[in-house]
Amino acid sequence: MKPFTTHTGIVATLNRANVDTDAIIPKQFLKSIKRTGYGPNAFFDWRYTPDGDPEMSFELNQPRFEGRSILVTRNNFGCGSSREHAVWALVQDGYRVIIAPRKEAGDQRLPAFADIFRINATKNGLLVVEFSENEVNAIFNLVNTHTGLQAAVDLEKQQVEFQGALPTIYHFDIEPRTKEQLIKGLDDIEQTLLYEADITRFEEEYDLFTL
Amino acid sequence: MGKTLFEKIWAKHMVRELSDGLSLLYIDRHLVHEVTSPQAFDGLRLAGRKIRVPELAFATMDHNVPTTEDRLDIKDPISRNQVEALKKNCEDFGVKLFGLGDEHQGIVHVIGPELGITLPGLTIVCGDSHTSTHGAFGALAFGIGTSEVEHVLVTQTLVQQKPRTYKVEFTGRLAPHVFSKDMVLKLIGTIGTAGGAGHVFEYCGEAVRSLSMEARMSICNMSIEAGARAGMIAPDDTTLDYITRQERLYAPKREELERARAYWQTLPSDGDAEFDQTLTIDAGSIVPQVTWGTNPEMVMDIDQPVPAPDSATGYSRTDVENALAYMGLEPGVKLTDVDVEVVFIGSCTNSRIEDLRRAAAILDGRKKADHVQLLVVPGSHQVRLQAEAEGLDWIFKAAGAEWRYAGCSMCLGMNPDQLLPQQRCASTSNRNFEGRQGKGGRTHLVNPEMAAAAAVAGKFVDIRKWPDI
Ligand code: SF4
Repeated sequence: MKPFTTHTGIVATLNRANVDTDAIIPKQFLKSIKRTGYGPNAFFDWRYTPDGDPEMSFELNQPRFEGRSILVTRNNFGCGSSREHAVWALVQDGYRVIIAPRKEAGDQRLPAFADIFRINATKNGLLVVEFSENEVNAIFNLVNTHTGLQAAVDLEKQQVEFQGALPTIYHFDIEPRTKEQLIKGLDDIEQTLLYEADITRFEEEYDLFTL
Repeated sequence: MGKTLFEKIWAKHMVRELSDGLSLLYIDRHLVHEVTSPQAFDGLRLAGRKIRVPELAFATMDHNVPTTEDRLDIKDPISRNQVEALKKNCEDFGVKLFGLGDEHQGIVHVIGPELGITLPGLTIVCGDSHTSTHGAFGALAFGIGTSEVEHVLVTQTLVQQKPRTYKVEFTGRLAPHVFSKDMVLKLIGTIGTAGGAGHVFEYCGEAVRSLSMEARMSICNMSIEAGARAGMIAPDDTTLDYITRQERLYAPKREELERARAYWQTLPSDGDAEFDQTLTIDAGSIVPQVTWGTNPEMVMDIDQPVPAPDSATGYSRTDVENALAYMGLEPGVKLTDVDVEVVFIGSCTNSRIEDLRRAAAILDGRKKADHVQLLVVPGSHQVRLQAEAEGLDWIFKAAGAEWRYAGCSMCLGMNPDQLLPQQRCASTSNRNFEGRQGKGGRTHLVNPEMAAAAAVAGKFVDIRKWPDI
C-alpha cells in the first residue's frame, strides 16, 4: 500500500448527502476481476451523458475542479454496498483525501462515512477526514469563493490547511492505529500474521458449540 | 452486569486484543460470491499464500447469473468471465462451490441458512453488505470489503473495532398485511440511513419473537440500510425448529446438536444487560411502507402524500429536489394514484418461500395489469423447487408473471434483468438508490403483498384495503 504522509492538491466539492457506493461505481463495472481500470468510471451515471460525453451540470465536471485530488462532500458518504470497487475507483480517479461532516441530530451523532467504506478506504491508502458540520460548511464556502482552492493535508499533524485569501487550518481526529497504518503503508495481512501463534492456539482450544 | 447476545459472541471469538480498542476476531463462516472475491484470490496468488481453513469458506454464484431457462449459457462475456473465475478459484484453493446449475445454488444470503451453514453463535462474514441477514439466527454476521475477504482467507480472522450495541424493541403485534419488511423500513425512516452506524442492532420484543425465521431474515437483512453493520435476533424455539425441521447439510446433528442446543440457550442477552442505545417502536401502529425517494430512509406510510422539498424534515432542500426529480414525482401526490410498469418479487430481502406464498395468495386467480412486467425470482434453487411442489409457479404463471431461476436478478441488475430509464418499479428488494435496478430506473421498496397487488392494479395499492381497491 502506498504510504500517506502529506498531500497538497485542489479541492472539489460534491454537495450531496448519503452518496452511496452504487453511485460511486455502478454495477456494470463490478464485473471486472481486476483491481485496476475503475477511475474513469467513478460517479459514472452522474458524470456522463447517455452519449458518453461529460455531463456539464455535474458538479465535479466543472473546469475549476480540473486536477482535483481532495473531495469535500456531505455526511454518510459511501453508504450501501460493501464494494471496495468504490474506493478503487476514487483512488484511481485521483482522489487522495475525502472530507465529510459528522452530523449531530438531536442526541444522535451520525458519522461522516459509512463503516465499511471507511475500512476499505484505509486499506487502500485513501484518507477519510471527519470534520464538524460548521467546518465543512465553511470549507464549501471557501471552495465556492476561491477558484482552484488548494489544501495541504498533513497526517502526522492531523491537520488540513486551506490556502484561501487567509490560510485556514482545521484539525481532525484519527485512530492512532489507522494513522500509523496509513503513514507506514502497512500491509494488514502481514500485520495479522505476526499473531499467527495466537490464532493457532485459539483454534486448538476452540469449540463451535460450547461457550 | 449481564452481557448482551452480541457481547457473548464477541468475547467467545476474541483471539487477542490489539491496541486502540481493536480486536483480532475469529471467523467461523466465510461466504463468497463471484463479484467481490476475484481480486482477493488474485492477492493470494500474488503473495503465494493459501487459505488457512478452506472448509470454512462456501461459495456460490448469484449476482451475475441469468435467471432465464437458458441461464447456463451466459451471453455477457464479462459476466461469464467472472463466474468462471470463481469456479477456477474455488477449484484451485479448495473451496466448496454451489455453482450455477447446482441444486443448492442461490443468493448467498438465502442458501447459507438453508444449508445449515448459518447457525446461532457464529461469526459469519461475506464480501457483501447484506451479510447482516444471517444475524436472524443469533449470529454476528457482517459485510466486508475485498481486502478483508483476502484477510479472512489467509488468517481466518479479522481486525475489528468493537461496535456499540443498539436495542431495537418492537412491542405489540403487526396488523394484517404488514410485514417484517415494513418494520425495518419504519425503523430506517425513523433513524435514517446513518442512524445505526457504528452499532450492532439487537431486535427484540413481542412482534419480533412472533416472526418466522424468513421474516426475521428480512429485518436483519436491511440493518445495513440503517447504517448498522449487523442486526441480530436471539435464538429461540423458532430458530431451533428452522435448523432441525429438515435435512440441512452443514447443521449439527444428534449428540452435536444436543451440545449446540445447550450452548445456544445461553446466548440470549441477559435481563440486566445494558445497551448503548435503545429505541422502542409500537409494531401495532405500523402501516405498510413505501419509499418515495432515492434512499431507504425516504420512506412513508402508503396512505401519505409525497413530501414537498420544504416540508420534509431531516433533509436538505436539494436532497429532496434531486430525489423527486429522479423519481419523476410531484410533491403532494399519493402513490396509490401512480402507475407502475415493473414489479420485482425477489432479492435476499424477500425471495424466500414464505414471501412467495404470500405474494401468490394475492395473485391467486387474478391477472397482472397489461402494462406491467411481473418478475418472480426465487432466492435459491431450493426455494424454486419448494414453490413448484406447492404449485405456486402455476399461480404466478397464470397471473402473467415470469417465473425465473434463482439469483439476485433485478435487485441490482448485473445480469440482463434491468429497468429501462424512467421505468417505475415496485420492488421487494432493499435499495432504491439511483440506477440501482438499471440506469434511470425508479425503484419503490415495498413488501411482497404490496408488490403483487401493484402488479394486479397496475399502480400502488394500500394492501389493507385489498381486494376492494
Ligand atoms: S439480492 Fe440484491 S442485495 Fe441481496 S445479495 Fe443479491 S444484489 Fe445484494
